[in-house]
Amino acid sequence: MLSAVDLAAIWLTIKLATITTAILLIVGTPIAWWLARTRSRFKGLIGAIVALPLVLPPTVLGFYLLITLGPHGPVGQFTQWLGIGLLPFTFAGLVVASVFYSLPFVVQPLQLAFEAIGPRPLEVAATLRAGPWNSFFTVVIPLAKPGFITAAILGFTHTIGEFGVVLMIGGNIPEKTRVVSVQIYDHVEALEYAEAHVLAGGLLLFSFLVLLALYSRKGTRVWQ
Amino acid sequence: MKIQGSYLLAGLMFAASGWSIQAAEVHVAVAANFTAPMQKIAIEFQKDTGHKALLAFGATGKFYAQIKNGAPFAVLLAADDKTPAILESEGNAIPGSCFTYAIGTLVLWSAQSGMVDDQGAVLKKGEFQHLAIANPKTAPYGAAAIKILTQLGLLDTLQPKLVTGENISQTYQFIATGNAELGFVAMSQVMFDGKLTSGSAWIVPTNLHEPIRQDAVILAKGKDQPAAKALVDYLKGKKATAIIQSYGYMLP
Amino acid sequence: MTPDAAIRARFQVIWPRFTLDIDLTLPGRGVTALFGHSGSGKTTLLRCLAGLERHCVGLLHFKGEIWQDSERGIFRPTHQRPLGYVFQEASLFPHLSVQKNLDYGRTRVNHAHKVSLEDVVELLGIAHLLDRMPDRLSGGERQRVAIARSLATSPELLLMDEPLAALDLKRKNEILPYLERLRDELDIPVCYVSHSPDEVARLADHIVLLAEGRVVAAGGLRETLARLDLPTAFTEDAGVVIEAVVASHDEAYHLTRLDFPGGSVVVARRPEAIGRQLRFRIYARDVSLTLTRAEGTSIINLLSATVTEVADADTPAHVLVQLDVGGTPLIARITRRSRDHLHLAPGQPLWAQIKAVALLA
Repeated sequence: MLSAVDLAAIWLTIKLATITTAILLIVGTPIAWWLARTRSRFKGLIGAIVALPLVLPPTVLGFYLLITLGPHGPVGQFTQWLGIGLLPFTFAGLVVASVFYSLPFVVQPLQLAFEAIGPRPLEVAATLRAGPWNSFFTVVIPLAKPGFITAAILGFTHTIGEFGVVLMIGGNIPEKTRVVSVQIYDHVEALEYAEAHVLAGGLLLFSFLVLLALYSRKGTRVWQ
Repeated sequence: MKIQGSYLLAGLMFAASGWSIQAAEVHVAVAANFTAPMQKIAIEFQKDTGHKALLAFGATGKFYAQIKNGAPFAVLLAADDKTPAILESEGNAIPGSCFTYAIGTLVLWSAQSGMVDDQGAVLKKGEFQHLAIANPKTAPYGAAAIKILTQLGLLDTLQPKLVTGENISQTYQFIATGNAELGFVAMSQVMFDGKLTSGSAWIVPTNLHEPIRQDAVILAKGKDQPAAKALVDYLKGKKATAIIQSYGYMLP
Repeated sequence: MTPDAAIRARFQVIWPRFTLDIDLTLPGRGVTALFGHSGSGKTTLLRCLAGLERHCVGLLHFKGEIWQDSERGIFRPTHQRPLGYVFQEASLFPHLSVQKNLDYGRTRVNHAHKVSLEDVVELLGIAHLLDRMPDRLSGGERQRVAIARSLATSPELLLMDEPLAALDLKRKNEILPYLERLRDELDIPVCYVSHSPDEVARLADHIVLLAEGRVVAAGGLRETLARLDLPTAFTEDAGVVIEAVVASHDEAYHLTRLDFPGGSVVVARRPEAIGRQLRFRIYARDVSLTLTRAEGTSIINLLSATVTEVADADTPAHVLVQLDVGGTPLIARITRRSRDHLHLAPGQPLWAQIKAVALLA
């Protein structure tokens, strides 16, 4: 039922979503923590930048990524200077794009979870001899666990559903940048509706089941 | 007075009927490679006939799927001759309305000057990271590009360097932003009045690929729209063909 | 450094609508109550002592160590201060069992424990709760675990921020005995924030009275409460706290006699055994004065006293009279007219009639 090309696209998509989610949890946690705790006047600015992908059409993000990551863009110049070449049309480029694209889906649940915890547990931990790092790992992370689960699931599924950005900077290369959503598009464009149905239906079912699990989790609210 | 009155009435009636024709709008699906010339033609078309052409640009394959699923297009300007024929045979287009409005030429183009030589030898050297083409599955210009590479015996060696744009416009974008050093685009995208607008290019000789015949067809939705017929006629006219040729297309 | 001056604190916190400006010396042992109305700055002072208030500038010496010296840029973060802190709400870690909550601070202390966990668990009566999760505890149990958790770190200073405020009367009475045991058995200074006069009277050895971010009075509990120069805010509830010993029980009339230096009072039968210490409180409004020993009165508690000082009270109709009962201070709140009528002046002997004795246990 699934061709080798389809399977490759599925595998690539899962790989992309997994790596992106892992990076997002590492990058998003300090950002969310800062947003949740800061009284800086830059809070609004940073919060707005993080939330931008929520409202921007993916093509806008993709277009600017194509330009900034390209040979004349600042990031492109930097990556060339580093000797790793250019990011568009590479898997690494897709990861970078997906991290930007899914950032709010990870940062916002984490930020809400951190805000819900409040400063008190950290003060308690401090009076019990736990330093800031120690209390973050032993108190904040366990208490924010529902937030982390929500963030990981939303980041993962949103990356899987990513299309516009990938189309703009991916170049549709099998096993490198051709993810499921692009593959579905190709099938539809080429009038291969049967193949499109298998992939599209699969993606639909997968997304639904994940969200069903997420929204049915006892005692946790998705957006707190 | 009476005679004058009847003249006046006749004049009013003429104006009214003329107005009703002039007020018409026509939805047109246009192959991405034909974007620039069609925008000019639409302006002239409105000036000369009063009809307004509402243009949608995209990949021909996508339009096909949309038309089959009830999209409100009255005219399709395809990037190939296959799609209009299929639509006609499936009853989604007016029989006999199909005609070749332009013959496209493929160009190997780079945004950097001096990158592409006028013999296309740059392909053999292979000193580049990415070669952009349009999606060969859906875009005729992409299929033509694959044919050229096959003819040159370079497809296997260059395959890993191929990046695919969804349509010819996106392919152009990949090259224009420098993310792909070079690629196959439509001549209409990079040339005007026989001159290259930027970068360097090799006009692929016609012996390496069949001419890309781009056919237009009046769709089933355009059956009772006089404006659709008017547009098709206008495309065959002097003004339109001059514009088409200025972008490097040939005429049948 | 004398043991009585173990803590030297000079703090300034300036907020838009509140300023804390204090300069204090606190004793090295016993319970010091930080007492005042809400907004007086008592919690802020406590947080400054703990290093939790980031806008606090000043100086803090603890038993010869410098914990904070803003001028010299010294600030020891909270987690490096050997203190225990009990918050108003228990603030147990909800993801950890009672045992793990107790272990959290204890395992992070690297010096030898002065307090054994068993003793702490026993002291607060929580042995049966160790395996429970915090959400399976009552409010009172939670607060006892929170106190135990802070004690388990063998703190050298215990800071308690109204640990009973969030509890109802029943729970309060459930915990108070534990706090009294704590006071009697711990050899560390305790700072106890409260706005409840009863709690303070029952638990404190020393008191710091705060109003609008400033120290109004500070000193031993009995001496300070017997002072007449406190702001009117504190005179509504003016009164003294007396420490007494259960002297005898009168089974026929169901009464108990309590002896204190300079006198004794008789109260309704107490369950405590003879020889036990008890605290009681006598409000100034419950004390009336007679120049001669009254006969034919229903009041059974008559104390021979000498006037030491007369001062204005919270209303123009009243005055406060400080008395000396054989070394134990007492305050009476009487009308200005009575003062003039009786020609009260320092040095005058008279009788104090005690209408009510509030026992604090």
